[in-house]
Amino acid sequence: MSTASPSFDEAPAGTGGPRRGAVAWAHLRSVPVGVLLSSVVLLLFLVAALVPSLLETHDPFATDLAASLQSPSGSHLFGTDQSGRDVFSRVVHGTGQSLLIGLGSTGVALVIGLVLGIAAGLGGRWTDAGVSRFIDVLFAFPTLFLALLLVAIFGPGITTTIVAVGVGTSPGYARMVRGQFLAVRDAGYVEAARAVGHPPSRIVRQHIFPNAIRPLVAIFTLGVGQSIAFASGLAYLGLGVAPPAPEWGALLDAGRQYVTEAWWLELMPGAAIVLFALAVTVVGRHVQERLEGNVKVRIP
Amino acid sequence: MSNVDVLNGGAGSADPLIRLEGLRVSFGRSVDDRRVVDDVSFTLQRGSCLAIVGESGSGKSVTARTLVGLTGRNAKVAFDRFEYDGRDVSGHRDADWRGLRGREIGFVTQDALVSLDQLRPVGKEIDEAPRVHRIGGTKAQRQARVVELLDQVGVPDPEVKARQLPHELSGGQRQRALIASALALDPQLVIADEPTTALDVTVQAQVLELLEETRSRGKALIIISHDLAVVSRMADEVLVMRDGEVVERGIAADVFRNPRHEYTRRLLDAVPSAHSRGARLSPGAPPRVAAVREPSVVEPTAGDDAAPLLEARGLVKRFRGPDGVTRTVVRDVSFELGVGETLGVVGESGSGKSTTARIALALETPEEGEVLLGGEPWSALSERERRPRRNQISVVYQDPLSSFDPRWPIERIVEDSVEPGLRGAARRARVEELLDQVGLPRGFGRRRPLELSGGQRQRVAIARAIAPRPRIIVCDEPVSALDVSIQAQVLDLLGDLRDELGVSYLFISHDLGVVHHLSDRVLVMSQGQAVEHGEADDVLLRPRHEYTKGLVAAVPRLLHEPDREARVAA
Repeated sequence: MSTASPSFDEAPAGTGGPRRGAVAWAHLRSVPVGVLLSSVVLLLFLVAALVPSLLETHDPFATDLAASLQSPSGSHLFGTDQSGRDVFSRVVHGTGQSLLIGLGSTGVALVIGLVLGIAAGLGGRWTDAGVSRFIDVLFAFPTLFLALLLVAIFGPGITTTIVAVGVGTSPGYARMVRGQFLAVRDAGYVEAARAVGHPPSRIVRQHIFPNAIRPLVAIFTLGVGQSIAFASGLAYLGLGVAPPAPEWGALLDAGRQYVTEAWWLELMPGAAIVLFALAVTVVGRHVQERLEGNVKVRIP
Repeated sequence: MSNVDVLNGGAGSADPLIRLEGLRVSFGRSVDDRRVVDDVSFTLQRGSCLAIVGESGSGKSVTARTLVGLTGRNAKVAFDRFEYDGRDVSGHRDADWRGLRGREIGFVTQDALVSLDQLRPVGKEIDEAPRVHRIGGTKAQRQARVVELLDQVGVPDPEVKARQLPHELSGGQRQRALIASALALDPQLVIADEPTTALDVTVQAQVLELLEETRSRGKALIIISHDLAVVSRMADEVLVMRDGEVVERGIAADVFRNPRHEYTRRLLDAVPSAHSRGARLSPGAPPRVAAVREPSVVEPTAGDDAAPLLEARGLVKRFRGPDGVTRTVVRDVSFELGVGETLGVVGESGSGKSTTARIALALETPEEGEVLLGGEPWSALSERERRPRRNQISVVYQDPLSSFDPRWPIERIVEDSVEPGLRGAARRARVEELLDQVGLPRGFGRRRPLELSGGQRQRVAIARAIAPRPRIIVCDEPVSALDVSIQAQVLDLLGDLRDELGVSYLFISHDLGVVHHLSDRVLVMSQGQAVEHGEADDVLLRPRHEYTKGLVAAVPRLLHEPDREARVAA
């Protein structure tokens, strides 16, 4: 045996990484400023949704005709509407319902997308062909049109809005889920599991499902912001939540007739929608990159 | 005589093409600076070839990229002296390098498929340097030159190929097109970073010949390679690098015949070949006596003596391509594999050897013929009937990483293949034992595949393969992605396990040396057919079939085979 030096062994991946706390700190430091800011914004929205009384400056339903249509000022941050209600407090109180619509409709879309996508991705050639054509047909209709159709059938309201927006955005999810399952089905580790002799049910449960579903976590956060924007679109057309409720889309709809005199009635709720969608998307994208490395997943 | 100035800064010819002294490159921020190249110096004369040899992480590629100013933005480069053709280039910025690259220095990268623009015709790519540097006259003249270049590097139908996209060319043609683009402006220096690594041996031989021809026209050549055999025939001078440092340098023939540094010696010993059969390739670690010896899985029952363990009869497999054309990938392949025996399957890419392996594993079903496992039907069974017997035959892939579920730690990956009968503590003990058997340190079980090195991953794959106590392990290019010294360790491990467990290997590889080192018998495949089949020494030393002869002749060998016996005695 020649004189062996231990250093000839494999590259030492086992030299032990830095301590856990240091890793967490380094991780936090590597988070971009935009993502941190967005997280703070999201936290504020969360507070507004759960305990709006913490942030409100006035009673959102108290009318004061003497102070109607005042522009933003120190006492009314976002100004007042035609009945003298404080717009800031109304936006704060609308957060809960708007978020419910966002989360709910994304949930509905995800469930429909999963059912269709898994059927197409794992169901074999003929099922795939059938389901994929169905998804294509759904795709042929614009999202908002599909949602309008459902509202026309069931009448406006918060439940209808959730279902309508959910159905409208579901084809995108379905197509993505299908792609994920197709890709994972052909992965090396699935074949390796087959070679070990595991039955298909176990392989689907152990490998295919968890790996295919992973990117959806991030996609979900992206979808929430998008759904709120869609729901607001419906409300703007007068097909969303009923007027007295301060849902963001409903606020937009109500302010429409005063847009020439009171720009703040449109701009402030609109800004809330944009800000929330933006913050959720930024955070969602960051989460997605962390989970997936640099793999880009198309947003439906 | 060699016109290489071996002694750094010594009395060589007056006017070297490159004079580099004290090159240092590091990456990262100042605190945790990672020095990847440390004090590298050499001089290079016109008409000579310098080889930089080393394993991954040795800094050889970074050194090469420094020479063309392509180290990237977060690299810190420093040197005592850096002259190109008598000019000081130490202060060169990006724009100055762009003036040199392509015009005076041609750079050939490793992976032609990645390096060529997928959406641009090959001819345009080759014309890039002349167009950018405004050399070569009119468009028509330059086009003529492109065709001429493609013709020179031996691409057939150069007029047609110049108009085609990279994916329409074969791997060898792509690599040659890349070389053609490096040669487009007839540069003084060609730097080739692993120019033949992804290529089949016969194509590799052509590419090497092409580079050799360039040098004979008086151009200087720098070859970066991990392949000692390739280097030993091309180079005048050799730099052996390890961890960013040059551990040995000298005239190629000297270095290969009388390596002075321990590391060089071990690199040379690690190369598997006909000569290394039966010997260990890696130093240290003598064959382990397993702490827990289970009774061997090979328990010959009455019927086993008559029938071979695995038998393939007249396999035929056809695939329908996306263009609707049906191709026969495997045609009439038959073989037998006995208990404790290793059958090597060699062939170039596309020869059908991997498909044959997949049919043996019953992951593909043959259109004709059948596979018998232990004398009983195997390929003819339904998947449901096969499943209980799948523990008898397992697999090790070329790319272990993709065969592991990315979410799982090592211990779970291995545990997943352990026989279902074992539970609880016994099951955990078995996983420990398996990791031990493949030489992975305790505590590695918690890690995820991404945290392991290539060799460690392959050890995990082997642990998973032996977990169900199989009688046969199908190894599909198990060491192709590994460095020489790691390859040596993995081959030694496979050899030890064969002795210890009595398993049989169906061993697929494009590397004749590797196959010869490990196999008892060899099957040579070409275009789906088994062209030659027999004892390893007969087939690989005295080939009879024309194809095998060509294959064997194309393999670059160490010109100066190191004298193992003498060194072991010393």
